[in-house]
Amino acid sequence: MQQKAEFDQRVQEALNNPQLRSNFRIAMDGLMEKRSNAFPDKSFMEELRVLGSKIRANALAKQPELLEQLEANCTRNGIQVHWAETIEQANRIVLEIMERHNATRMIKGKSMVSEEMEMNHFLEAQGKSCIESDLGEYIIQLDHETPSHIIAPAIHKSKQEIAKLFKAKHPDIPYSEDIETMTRSARQVLRSKFYEAEIGLSGVNFAVAETGTLCLVENEGNGRMCTTVPPVHIAVTGIEKVLEKLSDVPPLLKLLTRSASGQHISTYFNMISSPRKPGERDGPKEVHLVLLDNQRSKIYEDDELFDSLRCIRCGACMNHCPVYTRIGGHAYGSLIPGPIGSCIEPQKFGLDKFGVLPTASTLCGACGEVCPVKIPLPKLLHRLRYEQVRDDHTGATNGQGSQRSGKEAMIWKLWSWAHANPAVYRSGTRLASLFRGAIPNKIGPWTRVRTAPKIAPKSLHQLAREEGFDHE
Amino acid sequence: MSKARDNILARLRARNAEKPPVDLDRGFNSPDWNRQQRIELFCKAMRSVRTEVHRVTAADWPEQLAKLVKEKQLKNLLYAPAGPLAEKIESAWRAGEELPELVTREVDVDGWKEELFFDIDAAITSTRSAIAEVGAMILWPTPEEPRTFSLVPPVHIAVVEADKLHNTFADAIANENWQDGMPTNALLISGPSKSADIEQTLAYGVHGPVELIVLLIE
Repeated sequence: MQQKAEFDQRVQEALNNPQLRSNFRIAMDGLMEKRSNAFPDKSFMEELRVLGSKIRANALAKQPELLEQLEANCTRNGIQVHWAETIEQANRIVLEIMERHNATRMIKGKSMVSEEMEMNHFLEAQGKSCIESDLGEYIIQLDHETPSHIIAPAIHKSKQEIAKLFKAKHPDIPYSEDIETMTRSARQVLRSKFYEAEIGLSGVNFAVAETGTLCLVENEGNGRMCTTVPPVHIAVTGIEKVLEKLSDVPPLLKLLTRSASGQHISTYFNMISSPRKPGERDGPKEVHLVLLDNQRSKIYEDDELFDSLRCIRCGACMNHCPVYTRIGGHAYGSLIPGPIGSCIEPQKFGLDKFGVLPTASTLCGACGEVCPVKIPLPKLLHRLRYEQVRDDHTGATNGQGSQRSGKEAMIWKLWSWAHANPAVYRSGTRLASLFRGAIPNKIGPWTRVRTAPKIAPKSLHQLAREEGFDHE
Repeated sequence: MSKARDNILARLRARNAEKPPVDLDRGFNSPDWNRQQRIELFCKAMRSVRTEVHRVTAADWPEQLAKLVKEKQLKNLLYAPAGPLAEKIESAWRAGEELPELVTREVDVDGWKEELFFDIDAAITSTRSAIAEVGAMILWPTPEEPRTFSLVPPVHIAVVEADKLHNTFADAIANENWQDGMPTNALLISGPSKSADIEQTLAYGVHGPVELIVLLIE
């Protein structure tokens, strides 16, 4: 159980870091309040959530056909479509496009799929430069970190920490802890990067099969810069992002921006359907779409776990998670943290690697309650806890049964045997009552923060009989 | 076709259990708003994200524009000489004095990218329509009014016609039949660029325009 020991250590470190805890507490409280204010009418919110979940469920049910339609329409529009089963293939495709253009400078808009691909690492090893242009991503790139939140990647840092980082990396820019000033310095630095870049990379929020349109939600304008200014635009996305109709977009956009940051709409909603057409004065001359599988088609096989593919990546589940808020994103050790990460990452990378994540939940249900597309997250986390101890070899989940312990299995076998045999059960409870004094006060990790349970002097059966109840 | 494509599609199709078909009703109810309500909602929502909205008329907007750019002490203003606003802008500039230089470049942006990035103070564009509910303008950039006009210069001035306000985004798509043909780039814009990536504190003026000025023709 090396992964558990490592996870426990990361959790301990996070819990003992008061700065980190206060950064997350303040930010998550703010995000929860913003979301709540954005949905003043709860029945409107419920209707929208039902619609959103149906739109996503419909798109997933028709996924293979929609992907083919998306490909056909994108191709007709002039967008070049590439398919990748693995992150290696996806990285290779991006590299080949860069090499074909003799390009060395890439400017990137925010893309969790490119993080999943570890694209920067891969391309840098090939001598390419990849600059993150989303403010949060730019900050963590300067500090060689990974995102701690899917929509607010640098949320674990305070403004003082960021000010010190900027000073260290850009000594010529005057030191400031003022957030607007720091934002403007990043604008200054990155302007010339947009200007120089030969390749612009972006993610995709929704890919519309009906029209072959790639949609991008953003506030900073960096997404538009990356997809408009460089001569080549590469969009990378997971295959699950496809939608059937253009009219499916407005309800999901409404849910996404309100759930993520309490905005009624983002500053920009950018819909790209083709490269620059003859006569047009700007825009990339080539647009590429890389469709990445990386285990998504495997998750697709299971009728229940399939629902995790509905996710529109708003981050509301982590904002409302009591565990995430206390330990932050990095403690999870996975790319996507929080409840949806604990659900998706073990399925992608195997329960043998991330099996501990589904247990990092109190199953309080908050994530399932706020999910804009009604993913039953607590149920799925529960299911993964079962997947990691079952040993009937019938499920499809990676690493199934990997956390099974012989001792635990034996205890449960004994437990169910005792409960199925009244005579054993009765004598068992009698013995337990008799020797109740012998139960130690310290029973492992459970009693570190709790009092040990004490067996009552009389069992419930015994009390009921004394009171004159008799079920027969 | 690629092997990866065939493998992915084959895996997706190999699902043994069929999901029951989803009962999805795409019909939507448009709010019952009149023209005046749409205008009020649009202005309120736009201003809530720090857009400067000026309510103007079809006759006086060019003079209002001239006054505004003078007040802001802009050095120059990029406009589209073949665009729908050109004639009125040019005549206002002929009539006015000490106005910022009108800039136009009728060649591909690639040829004057440096100037666009580092010398242009502001750009003015028309808009296709707008959305009242959330306060957003819809732009379908054209060869005359390229995409970068509303993106690169620090100030973006947009002319919005109140008659073209839709209630919601869903109305805009349905009324304008977007599904019948999408442009190279369709855009919704609501406010100047912003970020809350540092301590969830809103800061305006990140990579897109620092200021957004809307002239709403009523």
